[in-house]
Amino acid sequence: MIRLTVRGIASQCQRGRRLIIALWVTCALNGLVKAEVGFNRIVRSILSDHCYRCHGPDPNQRQADLRLDVRDEAIKINDAGRAAIVPGQPSESLVVERIESHDVDAIMPPVDSHKKLSDAHRALLKQWIAEGAKYETHWAFEPLVIVPVPQVRDASWVRNPIDRFILSKIEQQGLAPSCQTEKETLIRRAALDITGLPPTLAQIDAYLLDTSDSAYEKVVDQFLRSEHYGERMAVDWLDAARFADTNGYQVDRDREVYAWRDWVIGAFNRNLPFDQFTIEQFAGDLIPNATLDQKIATGFHRNHMMNEEGGVLPEEFLAEYLADRVETTTAVWLGQTFNCARCHDHKFDPFTQRDFYGLKAFFNAVPEPGRGHYEKPIRESNPPFLALPSPDQLARQSQLQSEVDSLTKQIAALPKVTLDQLDAWVTQLNAQELKWFNATFVQIQADKQSASVSDDRQWLSFDAHGDRNLGFTAKLSPLPASVTAVRLSFASELAESNVRLRDLQISIVARDASSELSRLKILPRVVGNSVSVEELAKAFDTDARSIAVLKLGKNSPASAVFEIAHQRSTSAATVELTANLKFSGVTEPFCMSVQWCEQSSALLVPSKINNVARKGIASLSAEEKKQLLEFRHAQSAEFQALSLRLSEATKQLDELQREIPTTLVMAEMDQPRPTYVLMRGAYDKPGAEVAAKTPEVLPPMNPTYPKNRLGLARWLVDPRNPLTARVTVNRFWQAIFGTGLVRTSEDFGAQGEPPSHPELLDWLAVELMHSGWNVKSLLRTILTSATYRQSSRVTPELLRADPDNRLLARGPRFRLQAEFVRDAALASSGLLVRKLGGPSVKPYHPAGLYEQITAGNGTNTYVVGRGDDLYRRSLYTYWKRSVPNPAMLVFDAPFRETCSLRRPRTNTPLQALNLLNDTTYVEAARFLAERMLREGGSDSDSRITHGFRLLLARRPKAEELRILRDSFERATADFERDPQAAQSLLAIGDKAADASLDRIALAAMTSVASTILNLDEAITKE
Amino acid sequence: MPIHPPLANCSRRLFLGDATACLGASALATLLSGDLRSASPLMHLTAKAKRVIWLTQAGAPSQLELMDYKPNLLAHFDKDLPESVRGGQRLTGMTSGQKRFPVAPSRFRFQQHGQAGVWFSELLPHTAKLADDICVVRSLHTEAINHDPAMTLLQTGHQISGRPSFGAWVAYGLGSMNHELPTFVAMISRPSGPTNAQPLHERMWGAGFLPSKFQGVRLSSGKDPVLFLSNPGGINPARRRAMLDDISALNRLKFNDYQDPETIARIDQYEMAFRMQAAVPELADLSREPESTFQAYGPESKKPGTYAANCILARRLAERGVRFIQLYHRGWDQHNSLPSGISSQCYDTDQPSAALVSDLKQRGMLEDTLVIWGGEFGRTVYSQGTLTRDNYGRDHHPRCYSILLAGAGICGGHTHGETDDFSYNIVRDGVHIHDLNATAMHLLGIDHTRLTFRYQGRDYRLTDVDGQIVNSILS
Repeated sequence: MIRLTVRGIASQCQRGRRLIIALWVTCALNGLVKAEVGFNRIVRSILSDHCYRCHGPDPNQRQADLRLDVRDEAIKINDAGRAAIVPGQPSESLVVERIESHDVDAIMPPVDSHKKLSDAHRALLKQWIAEGAKYETHWAFEPLVIVPVPQVRDASWVRNPIDRFILSKIEQQGLAPSCQTEKETLIRRAALDITGLPPTLAQIDAYLLDTSDSAYEKVVDQFLRSEHYGERMAVDWLDAARFADTNGYQVDRDREVYAWRDWVIGAFNRNLPFDQFTIEQFAGDLIPNATLDQKIATGFHRNHMMNEEGGVLPEEFLAEYLADRVETTTAVWLGQTFNCARCHDHKFDPFTQRDFYGLKAFFNAVPEPGRGHYEKPIRESNPPFLALPSPDQLARQSQLQSEVDSLTKQIAALPKVTLDQLDAWVTQLNAQELKWFNATFVQIQADKQSASVSDDRQWLSFDAHGDRNLGFTAKLSPLPASVTAVRLSFASELAESNVRLRDLQISIVARDASSELSRLKILPRVVGNSVSVEELAKAFDTDARSIAVLKLGKNSPASAVFEIAHQRSTSAATVELTANLKFSGVTEPFCMSVQWCEQSSALLVPSKINNVARKGIASLSAEEKKQLLEFRHAQSAEFQALSLRLSEATKQLDELQREIPTTLVMAEMDQPRPTYVLMRGAYDKPGAEVAAKTPEVLPPMNPTYPKNRLGLARWLVDPRNPLTARVTVNRFWQAIFGTGLVRTSEDFGAQGEPPSHPELLDWLAVELMHSGWNVKSLLRTILTSATYRQSSRVTPELLRADPDNRLLARGPRFRLQAEFVRDAALASSGLLVRKLGGPSVKPYHPAGLYEQITAGNGTNTYVVGRGDDLYRRSLYTYWKRSVPNPAMLVFDAPFRETCSLRRPRTNTPLQALNLLNDTTYVEAARFLAERMLREGGSDSDSRITHGFRLLLARRPKAEELRILRDSFERATADFERDPQAAQSLLAIGDKAADASLDRIALAAMTSVASTILNLDEAITKE
Repeated sequence: MPIHPPLANCSRRLFLGDATACLGASALATLLSGDLRSASPLMHLTAKAKRVIWLTQAGAPSQLELMDYKPNLLAHFDKDLPESVRGGQRLTGMTSGQKRFPVAPSRFRFQQHGQAGVWFSELLPHTAKLADDICVVRSLHTEAINHDPAMTLLQTGHQISGRPSFGAWVAYGLGSMNHELPTFVAMISRPSGPTNAQPLHERMWGAGFLPSKFQGVRLSSGKDPVLFLSNPGGINPARRRAMLDDISALNRLKFNDYQDPETIARIDQYEMAFRMQAAVPELADLSREPESTFQAYGPESKKPGTYAANCILARRLAERGVRFIQLYHRGWDQHNSLPSGISSQCYDTDQPSAALVSDLKQRGMLEDTLVIWGGEFGRTVYSQGTLTRDNYGRDHHPRCYSILLAGAGICGGHTHGETDDFSYNIVRDGVHIHDLNATAMHLLGIDHTRLTFRYQGRDYRLTDVDGQIVNSILS
């Protein structure tokens, strides 16, 4: 077993550069052929892997003052009169001496580096030196030029230039391309590649019937015109853009940026040229006369995470966000690993730390906070953002605003209180003291036995500890008929502390002699030193995050007072106050009582006013009189009524503002923040100040471009930039063939893998630019090539010669991306809701995942959506960074915390469990079964064939049909014996089963449909 | 013999002839694969540990209350922490507005335990009984001062997310030891007390840039201990088996036609899924455990989802060949009311943690199991908020804290490292997170500098560019 495993490993690993250097190694080892060893193809990777760490671009790591990445340096004669490399003379070269040394102290690479050159490596290096040690510019930095299309032997196979590049390599290896695949397989392949959905039966049938030469081209064009194209293309772009619906890091609250996702879908669908696609996402806001759409596009660079953890420092995380933008930009557009240059000059590629911070400076002018505040509404926590009101919302907004304006005017026009009236009131106030009486608690519900009641039932005491829920009823007596106000009082004997109140619900009910109830209206008031009305309001609102804080002194109680707004009937026999509330963050024991008073409401005044009034009208200053007049004015019934309406209207306006969708965008500060090189990348170790500048080694920015994000974007898509077009076409190639021409699609540097077909890569890149960055046209060229149309069958010969299909002597065959696995099941079953765009939705999800790991008390829960929300395409699924959708994760979706350009493709039992048992797929199987029974004709063979075609596009072969027919018959017999099981199976999922269908047949067909849904082919593009 | 799918990113150096350079190749074993190696042929060293049980105390337990005994602090009650001790240490946003940094001596009594006389406080009576099996490291330190970066560093060797967790590295490097369960399992419990629980992230047991099959599989209490494990209503095991036979037969027909090895891998994974459907419920079903087990693990151990119940599961996972078992118990973040909060946390964890170690020992498994107990950083000697003799809070402290180690290759009854009188700075034998990880890797038979994975052109490893093996804690 172990031996087999090890052999397996060797064969697994004989991949990668096999194509490129297999021949070289064989030749070098056998000494059979003496062909020239290329620097780009062979030598750079050997030197980079084994030597550059200490003898490469980074001066801080450089040993012995020797660098091998620059020829002049490598051949320089040292003090001892020798050179590391003597072109043409391996035996004179110090490099050769050291790599062949047997002395553990002298051998290179050093023993403790754990790097080791193989015999093949040494042979290749010696041959390269013997051949003159010619250096070449790294292939990815070479300017893009028009590439001649190669000649091939079998020109009849060729449909477009792509095929010549591919075929010439295949022929060089003595292989032949595969034949064109079956029409059903081809249309399914193209549909999945372009729309992410399987083709419909109508599309398949039309294609099968179309015998014209351009039948397939028509199909490709049809798919490219579908609006699902934009959705399919957006999926890869969302990974690149690290798009998610939450902020990430510890707090991980929801953010709103789905309008940007809609923009991406739309941009692909209207075939926005890739250069413009780039410019609008970087700097839509800086384009003269920018449209709303162009501003929304700038959400691209706001998709990074944002930290709201209480203890972090703003500058610490601002540095992270900016570094993220640099790393994302350089990875997505330039295919470079700039994260290495954040702390030091790049060890393998010619980028300096200054280059990193030069790029950072382009992004360092966004008016954004480094740290969010989790206590604030999310929008205020993470500016800048754009509000996107609907026309209806705009209308309501202006209507509410004019109501607010009008009420404000009416209030201003109310008659003022006269001095006589004031005099009378002051006299009344000074004649009486306000007296409070304790109410009696009659019922108490407190969690965890945290409250205890005093013997006279007039006080509740609480121990100290975290959060508490409390509900109680208190009876006001003995003279309830004349209650004018109630008060909740809190007191602590021990220490100062805060009582935090939220979710306060309070009601006062009067009961007359015949037990008739009447609910009394109450209004918060400030009386004496009670808490302000604004503060108290925080306890009443529905926002769980807003909390009223009552400050308790050692011997100064805190209180909340409510006036009884409407006089109760004098016949009331009892009055009861019932309240529910939550305390939080309690740190000290405290006690509470309910009190009431029965005096005139004219006496319910704050201490501040009372103290003034106590002086008597005669001794008041003009200022004090004014203060009292204003207070009385505000207490008048008319004022109160209007104020109430005003606060209602203001509240509605606020609520409307909160309903209006927003989206995160970029904006530019007038004065950019200064940017410094950060020593070792640390936010608190600034070095030299740097200006916005593109990397030194790449063609400079056109001097007429502005030195801001707009200029940077235009530089990225400047035709002289050798990287953007190469990197971009490679990613599209990867999306279709599963592997890029450069396999390391995120790394076009020295440590990345060179292209399998360098000329084809360049040809495609030039094509893209010459077509005006036309993405649909590029995809059409790829999809209509003979290369793409090949059968994906593997032969033992091909598997041996090219296990990873890098030569493309066969068509692509690989598992669908997570999103498309689910989308295909929904689409085939007819469950898919084909609505484009909009806020993220919450489809089925295992219960309890959020509660286990998110913040707080396990109350953060995933609420499964309803109706259409359950059946939207997967790119609309809510993406929480701390707990991404588990079914997506199981199928290799990234966390979306940082840019990701290449997903792994694993094959695990967890995937099988998901497809077999997740409600999503059980319900989809039932719906597919319903279609099979309803639309599939009258016998089981035709019904099974129908379902097979809906999912796999092709008809089952005889043997496949036999297995599925047996399966159906077995399941039918089985469910007939156990009809309860059939019922249970049919009950799964939100949508009810079609009642007109026979239960047993539907259950049996559901089991057949689930079988088909679980086939390797069902989740594979073939 | 299953045919394995290609490893996504195997180093090209391997092809050039240097097979040993690409350790990760052993990871060709798929997640949960049938590759039953007790010792990987690519392991560098003799392994003392076959598996790891990491008892992660999330939120940061206070070392001052548990094992870093500081008797001299009593004399400093409510006096300011000398500036010379604080030495410019960064403060968190929680205490940066505080005018004073008054020293809060621990309210709890300490005693020496075992032959070796290891100091433990009264909060850990059960752990203290195992003093001679446990190594206390008092000098662990980290760089991060806030939960998310610190937990990310503890788990992945880096403060910024995106790298593989320790468990994922081990799954990648050493592969599976069983046919029916995941290689790396994570379990999470909430505090029973009213303490606030800091959030975690799925990525903390994620695979980072390693293929996602190496990520930890979350095991929960409830109907589906592993996500999507149970058959849907109406599908009993016989029906499932029959369906799987059909799926397998159809997939074989596909393979005959297309010859794609991935199809065979798919068949194998469906079979593995079926085995998991039987193995996981059997694993999670504690009803067959004798009463003595529950007595040993304490009163909470009968409640599914508690830390105590998870400790029993940890032992059962270990018995069934799971290589990396990570528990998380949340709720250690006592910025205020620390004495009552930590008492409640210790009620949750002390007895079950100790019972787990004794249980492994009794079964002869402690000798090849590495058990680690600890959090993401320590807590400050000065009080946050109100300070009385009996009540105080403590803020985050990255410069030093304590963890416990036991089991395979660990020197029991040993106390490593020393902090100053304020448990504020390390005065002797500091251990960085990278050193801890390097040491744990060493015990697993892996040279931490050689288990690497190439991503974005760089060979990454768990210990970044650091990590020294702490030889003095090894037996």
